[in-house]
Amino acid sequence: MTDVVIQRVMRHEGRLVMMAAVAMLVGVAFMTIGLRGNLAFVIELRAARLAAMVLVGVAVAVSTVVFQTVCANRIITPSIMGLDALYVFCQTALVFALSGFGFAGIDPRLHFLGNFTVMTSLALALFLPMLRRRFDLTLMLLTGVVLGVLFRSLTTLLARLLDPNDFAVLQGAVFASFNTVEPDLLLLAGVITVAGVAIAWRARHILDVLSLGTDTAIGLGVAWRGTAAGLLVLVAALVSASTALVGPMAFLGLLVVSLAERIVGTNRHAILLPAAALTAIIVLVGGQTVLQHALGGEGSLGIVVEFVGGIVFLAILFAGGRR
Amino acid sequence: MIEIAGVSLALGGSRILDNVSLTVPKGGVTALVGPNGAGKSSLLSLIARLRPLQSGRITVDGLPVDTTPSRQLAKIMAILRQDPGVASRLRVVELVGFGRFPHHRGRLTAKDHEIIAASLEQFDLSDLTPRFIDTLSGGQRQRALVAMTFCQGTDYILLDEPLNNLDMFHARNLMRTLRRIADEHGKTVLIVLHDINHAASYADRIVAMKDGAVVASGQTADVIRPDILESIFGFSMRVEHIDGRLTVLHHA
Repeated sequence: MTDVVIQRVMRHEGRLVMMAAVAMLVGVAFMTIGLRGNLAFVIELRAARLAAMVLVGVAVAVSTVVFQTVCANRIITPSIMGLDALYVFCQTALVFALSGFGFAGIDPRLHFLGNFTVMTSLALALFLPMLRRRFDLTLMLLTGVVLGVLFRSLTTLLARLLDPNDFAVLQGAVFASFNTVEPDLLLLAGVITVAGVAIAWRARHILDVLSLGTDTAIGLGVAWRGTAAGLLVLVAALVSASTALVGPMAFLGLLVVSLAERIVGTNRHAILLPAAALTAIIVLVGGQTVLQHALGGEGSLGIVVEFVGGIVFLAILFAGGRR
Repeated sequence: MIEIAGVSLALGGSRILDNVSLTVPKGGVTALVGPNGAGKSSLLSLIARLRPLQSGRITVDGLPVDTTPSRQLAKIMAILRQDPGVASRLRVVELVGFGRFPHHRGRLTAKDHEIIAASLEQFDLSDLTPRFIDTLSGGQRQRALVAMTFCQGTDYILLDEPLNNLDMFHARNLMRTLRRIADEHGKTVLIVLHDINHAASYADRIVAMKDGAVVASGQTADVIRPDILESIFGFSMRVEHIDGRLTVLHHA
């Protein structure tokens, strides 16, 4: 009996090692393909972009896995909480208030921390009532959806009032892009992400138990309410950090978690968390490499990821019927 | 000992439990019987702290269930709810192994593996260990869930309709196992049963509920009586001793 388990674990870990190797390879390719000009400058620029992609990939992947487990739903992403809609609304409001020129002049660190604080505050306002009695996860998610719709309509309203030049600045700010990453922000986002991922990793066994369902998890000694609220705040912090760094990446999480699940064939979080993080790194860094060198464009990776993510989402919905 | 004092429960305006007070002594098998909607499952959920207590007080071994840390309770009390859907894609051996979680919190020891293997053996699951839960029949899945609950190795075991989907062989096997662990290891089993004859032949005590209240509680022979059964279920039935076993003839 235990042999079966050990065999399985070996197989999962073998796959993880393979994924790590692919991720390294993609990273090396991103750093080295088509190097020319001032080498020191180019390498520094690319290293910053690579670091940003790794951070965002890991944050989005881990937060999506945790969110899906807590919500017991494999086809939702943390964007259902309305955080990215709030982000887009904040940027629109800022451009509206300060004009495109003023918006571009905001201190990036201040901008990052402001965005991070606003998004985590919304999440806390949503989740803290959970700690009191009479709490319903579905109700909270629905509140997030409604708030998201509200922010999106306000965004549309403000965007209509913007002049075309300001609108162009806004478009640049609300589509995820790794082309301009401030090194100062990398450190800030890095600290938040590393801390968040460490907490998620420590909770991996509890996450396994949570995926058995609320009642079973309580029966096995998990203090459900507190654990779920804590994990959701963690998700919000990770999502906020990555969104404030590069912009919304709604579908990336859905895409990489379902891919990772199919590759490793297990829901065990000790395997699934690193697998999803590695998949995210491969997709982001690989996608950016292809975008830069094969497509030769300065296009936005975010748009590509959302396009592919949307198709994968539909495919999962259709394939979902067979299980 | 499980002590329930003045527990009421209302859900969405309708009253589910009405001022229930009950003491389940330590050791032995206690069966909860009663018609649908009597509040049996709700009472079990409250004892197992799956639902917040609205009023009254419940203690297990002297520990109040609403304030004692969940982890501490998980070491003395295990609960199997009616049909807990397992969404995760798991193998039988992994699912059963989760029963040890309150003890190891993540890292299984040799002793855990031993207990898991024994539990799989006990419930006739040895051949199914590498199978995924979602490929099992309802009865096999039920057995895996019962095995997981047993693995938890607690003094108190709460089971909500565990005979669901089980064939006669496995239903009898489960009831005999419950009887044995109660007799040999001094465990306390509180079980919701619909088959009155299983209750009559295996339980030490019977608690009969109706409309959110306890209507009779006592030794099996004192509760399995035609007049009490009729008052609970609403039709008359014969109670006979066949080869020394209480048998309710309710099919007529």
